[in-house]
Amino acid sequence: MPTMRVNQAIATALADEMRADASVMVFGEDIAEAEGPFKTSEGLLAEFGPLRVRDTPISEMAFTGAAVGAATLGMRPVIEIMFVEFLGVALDELVTEAAKFRYLSNGALSVPMVVRASVGSGLGFGCQHSQTLENWVSATPGLTVVTISDAQSAYGLMRAAIRDPDPVIVLEPRTLYARRGEVTTGEAGILPLRRARTVRPGADITVVAMGQTVGIALDAVAACDVDAEVIDLATLSPWDRSTVLTSVHRTGRLIVVEEAPLTGGWGAQVVATAASEAFSALTAAPFRITTPDVPVPYAKHLEARFVPTVEDVARQLRTYLDTGAVPQPWWVLEGVSA
Amino acid sequence: MPPTWTGEPCDGASGPPIQVLDPSGQFTADPRFPVDLDDGDLLGLHRDMVLVRQLDTTATALQQQGELGLWASSRGQEAIGVGLAAAVAPSDMVFPSYREHALAWCRGVGISGILGLFRGITNGGWDPAAVGLAVPSIVIGAQVLHAVGYAMGQQLDGGGEATAVVFGDGASSQGDTLEAMVWAASFEAPVVLLCINNGWAISVPAARQSRIPLAQRARGFGFPGLRVDGNDVLAMYAVARAALDYARTGGPVLIEAVTYRMAAHTTADDDMRYRTRAEVDQWQERDPISRLTAHLVDCGLLDDGALAELQHESQRLAEAVRHEVRTMPMPDVRTLGRHAYASDTRASLVPAGVPVAPPAPAVDSAVRATALSAAHG
Repeated sequence: MPTMRVNQAIATALADEMRADASVMVFGEDIAEAEGPFKTSEGLLAEFGPLRVRDTPISEMAFTGAAVGAATLGMRPVIEIMFVEFLGVALDELVTEAAKFRYLSNGALSVPMVVRASVGSGLGFGCQHSQTLENWVSATPGLTVVTISDAQSAYGLMRAAIRDPDPVIVLEPRTLYARRGEVTTGEAGILPLRRARTVRPGADITVVAMGQTVGIALDAVAACDVDAEVIDLATLSPWDRSTVLTSVHRTGRLIVVEEAPLTGGWGAQVVATAASEAFSALTAAPFRITTPDVPVPYAKHLEARFVPTVEDVARQLRTYLDTGAVPQPWWVLEGVSA
Repeated sequence: MPPTWTGEPCDGASGPPIQVLDPSGQFTADPRFPVDLDDGDLLGLHRDMVLVRQLDTTATALQQQGELGLWASSRGQEAIGVGLAAAVAPSDMVFPSYREHALAWCRGVGISGILGLFRGITNGGWDPAAVGLAVPSIVIGAQVLHAVGYAMGQQLDGGGEATAVVFGDGASSQGDTLEAMVWAASFEAPVVLLCINNGWAISVPAARQSRIPLAQRARGFGFPGLRVDGNDVLAMYAVARAALDYARTGGPVLIEAVTYRMAAHTTADDDMRYRTRAEVDQWQERDPISRLTAHLVDCGLLDDGALAELQHESQRLAEAVRHEVRTMPMPDVRTLGRHAYASDTRASLVPAGVPVAPPAPAVDSAVRATALSAAHG
């Protein structure tokens, strides 16, 4: 099994789908000649040429809208939003147009497009280029929202996203691009959308994570030496309630580890669902480990504290398992204030 | 001598860029755009360009040494910011993008303001109202809309102030920028829209953004467009001055300043993946500083002694920059919550009036079963 970096796994998935299906094309800023700001389209222009691999003007609304149009014709456009924040100027095309075309046409139209976007903190890009923002799109029925967590999920979910008949947003944590992992390529390497991945089986507690926090959760569990089940949610919307609830029914405890502000974060949905639908199985209050409700700081040492760290997740895991109590977030303990 | 350019017709939008100082330093006056500067002003423009170049060179080196998170070099584009800064009145407002270190320098933002941001020790390097310079826009094109809104406010105030906004050739493709032009025209906002066409939007050449000179787009929006040599600080000053004077009563003007991005997009970019060294070298010959140096030497305003003194001043600036950057205090983690909201207190993190719950006891399954059966009948 070859090992590759996450960005190589993405480029490989794009190339494999482009070879398999002539209707797959790629648009974005700096993706052709420069092969992507994060090198996620390396080799594509050379192999597939400038009609299928296009550098665009700086016009996210234009290329998102154009992808909607092309997709309704049966093309399979994959567009790259360099930083997920840039989706702001294109949200109308995605949320109000792409997500609604099947519904508005009584099923006559499909919009098989993929929106790839880099997300998250950890690379020192400052508060306007470090958010995850999955909640901008996760409450829109019609959209499928996916976050990759390692090289295999990057490869497998990307290929599945391109094949999906509906619009899929694939969020790629920037800090993972350089991370290496083993990747099964080809048909066997394709992972299903809308299915969570149990990345570590366990009996004592269920830890649900997504994207960058999957690795953080795994490391924290290893540091605590607890028998935790770690689930990579993988598809946030529509999410795999069955895998999560089955696990919670077995373990009786639930922690969600998120890279997003406390208020309005995706974990609230998971915890609320578990509280309602697995109430009788819970032996302690489920809770969320998130970032504080502030923008992502630029200073390296502040940014490093902002995202749940391995040490802090381990501390909270231990407290929770030892006492049954919900631990305080680090920013309360450390007196973060004005 | 007042400018003879009256904004109509749009005769400055096509043809070669307006230039008064050619690359060899030869001066040819353009009666439409007089350079009403005295000897001291000319030496000041020269000094500012030299010092900003030095600041840029030092910052690039500091980034490579790991002392700055990132640096967006303004090398080769100094004439635009220095020329515009000389043209705006102190009470005018300027909206920069992230590469306008020359503007920040000339508006009086000090070393720590410019570099603190890139060092990551602050999220905002200066008070926009105090220096007449907005926070630099990292998001492409967003500031053009802000500038139009600000100019509409100036219009309402009625004080004859104007706004200038700087954006790039890449930003000219953003919907934000184009909608800003519609608004500026609809409401006759006193705004000068200065597009720095430096040839490249990261890896995408300017030809991918526009098939015609960008200044010509102004005609479609119904206001004047001017195309100027962005490496000629005197033309830059004179054109910006005329455009600002026009804008105060006549509404928007678009200026396209033609220049070249001599360095990579930022220190995180490798420009040799998409352009050639030969292309970069060609632009070296049109350097904005060397042509003004040649002109001032020809005029007898600069001699070897003065140039050597400027060189010393430049070296002292480099030392000051290195020292200030390395000694900037790092922010404490407890300040993380500052400025997310106006109510600058812990309330934004821990809502007031909500007591922090004491730790619950470990859950006893027998007790819980009893509670459950009671609750469910």
